[in-house]
Amino acid sequence: MTLLRPRSAPEALEAFEKNPGALPLAGGTDVMVLWNMGLLNGKSVVDLSRIGEWRGIKAGKDGVRVGSLVTHTELQRHPVIRREFPLLAQACALIGAIAIQNRGTIGGNIANASPAADTFPPLAVYEAVVHAASSRGRRALPFLDVFAGPKKTHLRPGELIEAVEIPYARPRPARAYFRKVGTRAAQALSKTVAAGLLWLSRDKTVAESRFALGSVAPTIRRARKAEDYLRGRKLTAESVGRAMELVGAEIAPIDDVRSTAAYRFAVSKNLFKEFLTCRPR
Amino acid sequence: MNLTVNGKKRSFGGAPFKRLIDVLREDFRLTGTKEGCGEGECGACTVLLDGEPVNSCLIPVAQAEGRRVETIESLASSQKLGVLQEAFLKRGGAQCGICTPGMVMTAEYWRRTGGSSEPGAVRNVLAGNLCRCTGYQHIVDSVIEALQRKGKGKREKFE
Ligand SMILES: Cc1cc2nc3c(=O)[nH]c(=O)nc-3n(C[C@H](O)[C@H](O)[C@H](O)COP(=O)(O)OP(=O)(O)OC[C@H]3O[C@@H](n4cnc5c(N)ncnc54)[C@H](O)[C@@H]3O)c2cc1C
Ligand code: FES
Ligand code: FES
Repeated sequence: MTLLRPRSAPEALEAFEKNPGALPLAGGTDVMVLWNMGLLNGKSVVDLSRIGEWRGIKAGKDGVRVGSLVTHTELQRHPVIRREFPLLAQACALIGAIAIQNRGTIGGNIANASPAADTFPPLAVYEAVVHAASSRGRRALPFLDVFAGPKKTHLRPGELIEAVEIPYARPRPARAYFRKVGTRAAQALSKTVAAGLLWLSRDKTVAESRFALGSVAPTIRRARKAEDYLRGRKLTAESVGRAMELVGAEIAPIDDVRSTAAYRFAVSKNLFKEFLTCRPR
Repeated sequence: MNLTVNGKKRSFGGAPFKRLIDVLREDFRLTGTKEGCGEGECGACTVLLDGEPVNSCLIPVAQAEGRRVETIESLASSQKLGVLQEAFLKRGGAQCGICTPGMVMTAEYWRRTGGSSEPGAVRNVLAGNLCRCTGYQHIVDSVIEALQRKGKGKREKFE
């Protein structure tokens, strides 16, 4: 195995130009597990951790730009993230435990593309944009367009995540909801994980709702049909019930080691109901 | 490649992808740090990297270059134990001892940064440190005891 340690973004992109099959390494909380299992023997690894340009959180006028190397601990502690993106701060606080949060990065979480990743529902409802770069140029991908399947992204060989841009939710939503359902809060991968944002009009009808679920389909899902259905409606027992059915029709959970499809169907609908009916926080 | 381990400058010339835990144990002969799972799940291998707890089984030594590593060996001298270690002794926080170095290092981070001694907060910060022996209550009691003791630990030494 060979290890390359570029000191800047251009150096890193060049390293991938020369070794398109190399594996990026950020905080290592996914990569090192593979290495310890002997699955990376003979591979080239490019350590991104010295790329200063990809660290740090910059708050701008319309949103924040989070460097791909920002850790879950840094996200949780950042005052602008806590104020503007509380769902993301909450998700980061539930990833593994503190030692994992200190090393795991947002870029690694996204590139790893686990259907159970906890930052995904918040990033989906905040409508984040992922900035990718390669030696051939840069492009911006809407968050949901990054994922091709479990553990698969649409990033091209040699293409790296530089940053994630998250626009401020304006006007501020009336309700923000996050919930991770797992066997225990710490260190356990989610059975289901959800985030929601809700805006109400003056007449108490739904102006907009956004709801995203993880671990219930090959990739993160937005509940588009339910969101569309609710627009302009009041939240009544009937409209909530109908919207729950629509959520059920949009997901495709499976049985796996952590849970069953039937359980995930039931939990997903109940999470959606809790989001729509919980008291605003 | 140079790094600071328990306040001393050390250099390492082996494979840059060797895990930090193996470099500590095999090359630097600091065998206090234990390996449980090798997958980031159990926390037995916890050390402090620039003052923050990390799993040393998930870090290639190259990523510790130029940084400050602290292991359980830094908390006591041959004559005297640190406050956390004393509290673990007094309160029965250690049984077989495999999880103890990791528990103590995570708790040491919490103590230094002025963490709360509320049982819920202590349990939360220790959530990534698994123990197969104690059932956790004695560990939580030990940490709370150490946090409530006003006396000094060894924090001043390596900063
Ligand atoms: C014990 C344990 C518990 C965990 N619990 C959770 C949990 O509760 N929730 C959760 O969501 N995750 C969890 N994880 C998974 C992991 O911690 C996160 O996915 C983390 O964010 C990964 O980031 P990293 O920097 O460590 O990634 P790395 O391991 O460095 O990389 C992960 C993947 O992304 C690629 N990559 C990294 N950075 C980039 C980049 N900038 N551009 C392109 N590709 C890149 C790597 O090649 C690799 O394929 C857990 C892991 C462990 C070991
Ligand atoms: S040995 Fe490192 S976390 Fe278990
Ligand atoms: S004392 Fe044996 S594992 Fe904790």
